[in-house]
Amino acid sequence: MTAPVVLSLTDVHLQRGARHILTGVTLEAHRGELIALMGPSGSGKTTILRAIAALEPFDAGRIVLGDVVLEGGAKATRDTVRRLRRAVGMVFQFHCLFEHLSALDNVCLAPIHAHGVSAADARARAGELLASFGVEHRASALPRELSGGEAQRVAIARALAVNPPILLMDEPTASLDPERREELGALLQRLLAQGRTLLISTHDEEFARRFATRIVRLERGVVKER
Amino acid sequence: MSDARGQLSSEPAAGAAVRAAFGVCLALVALLVAAGAPVVRAQTPQELVWAGDSEGGAPFVEADPARPDRMVGFEVEIADLLARGLGRTPRFINITFASITQSIARGDADLGLNGLEDTPANRAALAATVPYYRFREVLSVRSADTQRYRSLADLRGRRVATLGGTVAYEILLAAGREHGVVPVSFDDDTHPYTDLVVGRVDAVLLDNVLAERMLKKVRGFAVQPDSVAVGHYIGVLAPGNTALRARIDDLVRGAMRDGSLERILRKWSLWNDDQPALHQQVLAGETIPPTVGSDAVAAATMSGVEAARRYLPSLLQASMVTILLSCLSMGLAVVVGVLIATGRVYGSRVVRIALTAYVELIRGTPILLQLFVLYYGIAEAIRLPAFVAALLGLALNYAAYESEIYRSALEAISVGQLEAARTLGLTERQVLTLVRGPQAFRLALAPMTNDFVALLKDSSLVSVLTVLELTKQTQIFATNLGSWVIPGSICAGLYLLMSLPLSALARRLERRWRTPTA
Repeated sequence: MTAPVVLSLTDVHLQRGARHILTGVTLEAHRGELIALMGPSGSGKTTILRAIAALEPFDAGRIVLGDVVLEGGAKATRDTVRRLRRAVGMVFQFHCLFEHLSALDNVCLAPIHAHGVSAADARARAGELLASFGVEHRASALPRELSGGEAQRVAIARALAVNPPILLMDEPTASLDPERREELGALLQRLLAQGRTLLISTHDEEFARRFATRIVRLERGVVKER
Repeated sequence: MSDARGQLSSEPAAGAAVRAAFGVCLALVALLVAAGAPVVRAQTPQELVWAGDSEGGAPFVEADPARPDRMVGFEVEIADLLARGLGRTPRFINITFASITQSIARGDADLGLNGLEDTPANRAALAATVPYYRFREVLSVRSADTQRYRSLADLRGRRVATLGGTVAYEILLAAGREHGVVPVSFDDDTHPYTDLVVGRVDAVLLDNVLAERMLKKVRGFAVQPDSVAVGHYIGVLAPGNTALRARIDDLVRGAMRDGSLERILRKWSLWNDDQPALHQQVLAGETIPPTVGSDAVAAATMSGVEAARRYLPSLLQASMVTILLSCLSMGLAVVVGVLIATGRVYGSRVVRIALTAYVELIRGTPILLQLFVLYYGIAEAIRLPAFVAALLGLALNYAAYESEIYRSALEAISVGQLEAARTLGLTERQVLTLVRGPQAFRLALAPMTNDFVALLKDSSLVSVLTVLELTKQTQIFATNLGSWVIPGSICAGLYLLMSLPLSALARRLERRWRTPTA
């Protein structure tokens, strides 16, 4: 791997009450990699993603994304969080689409309000994204009217609408049938080809073997095997 | 699937309509029974149960300051005199002034005796005794205005206060048409004078007895020497109770003849030049006409349809007040409620404690008390006009309830929605205004609409602040007619006309925004 490191975790510790969730996670991701985080339930996969997205403060260690640095035990400044969120997007296991907005408006929301893109440009770009994921015909549907696979594609489009170089995905195959899983794999490959870096948590051994460039196994809060 | 849902949703709506219609029928039947069949309760013959309102106070009926369980007043002494003559023991029961005649018709007491006026309505609906006192309707004005406002004709465009459901109010209604004065109806006879002195009204038209009593308590006003009308106080009995009425008439005449009534009136400083003339007329068996306040002359004797036709415009006008007041106060309650809810969810500890205290204070005390405090309690510092006080009172009260709806709606939005918005780079303010707020608003819409229906009805409470809304107007109408059947039915119909569409809207919103389970 000669591609530059775009994300690194160094000795990250995270404790909630008496529970040690992460106990010294160290990990590097290079540009264009698809890393599958694997491990039993409760091993800390999702927590790592949440810590990287600054949704979960951690107690010690350091996370670096390009020029953004999160230090353990310190509250990130507003500016740090703002810059972080331009660098990394997140797709949640249950998609968490905004229930009151159509698929298209879900995708447009952040470009318009967080990035100052004009409504017309945002809508055009959102339409392209939905089309490239094969869900443009669902643009005006509300989230509750979408199937699981459709909702996931809209959620990916929403995360990519602000063009982050790193994309985090929590259990992306959990609710997909085998056919949809293949399609997702192909879609992720396309994102890699665009030069993005993907970090996914998954239980799906087969999916990981087929599509990930690297598998990282976690056990009780530490990386066991690369 | 969608067919099944359609059936499910139309069924409860139809069921609710049937239930509502059934409820209305029941209520009307209850009204008819209550009003149409006055039952003279079999009182213990050893007692003379008589009704008055001790809130009216001296010289009529008042709780003895030395022994609050005992009543004193010139009417207490007249009741004692009558009971003695009948060989019975007097027993006083307290009934709100405006309800005394209705209460007597129902048979709650044998005799109503509390400055009740000799009017066509009372004569038609009840068995009235001969008059025992002659009074004059007098005009009171602020001391500075004695030259300016000598009569009702001088008070064009000015607010003139009186006690609701009295001849004086009828006179003011007529003067409204003739001279353009603005009648203001109070539920008691003290606040007209205090509001006169602080400037909320420009004159008071009431009995000389009340005016003279208030002269001793409140400074800053004067009574004009020329009286506007002459009236009489009578006792009232249930319409079927003519035998007892005849005996009481005899006792009153006897008391006039032997001077015992004069002694009572002198003791309470009520004896004046009008009384000997009255006594003479009563003892000579002369016909003394009832006091007629306005063209509501024959209200008591007119047919139901005629009465409804005549009063409907004023009831519709009062409905407009109800609608305007409800809409404005709900609008304000929503704005304040949103601010309180946002403060309670996002505010600092101090802000949260203060707002919680406000909500608990409002929810834990009666709205009537809050209205009184706003209107009378703080009048020394801020003199709010009645409509503004009513609007603020309802709005601040409902804001507390609305804020609870919004708070729980805000807290019902899943953390996932908020985190998704944050990871997209939205600020906390944007998360609230673009994601959390709009979703919470949908959850809150149905309960809000229900609250609006409740507020529509609670708006009737502001009649205690002299705001003439639908319920108050109905009460005045009922007092004039001496019956609640027609006014009550029209009033109920108007409230339903206002509230049923809102309830239907609430049901529709609820169906539309119901969280999908699939």
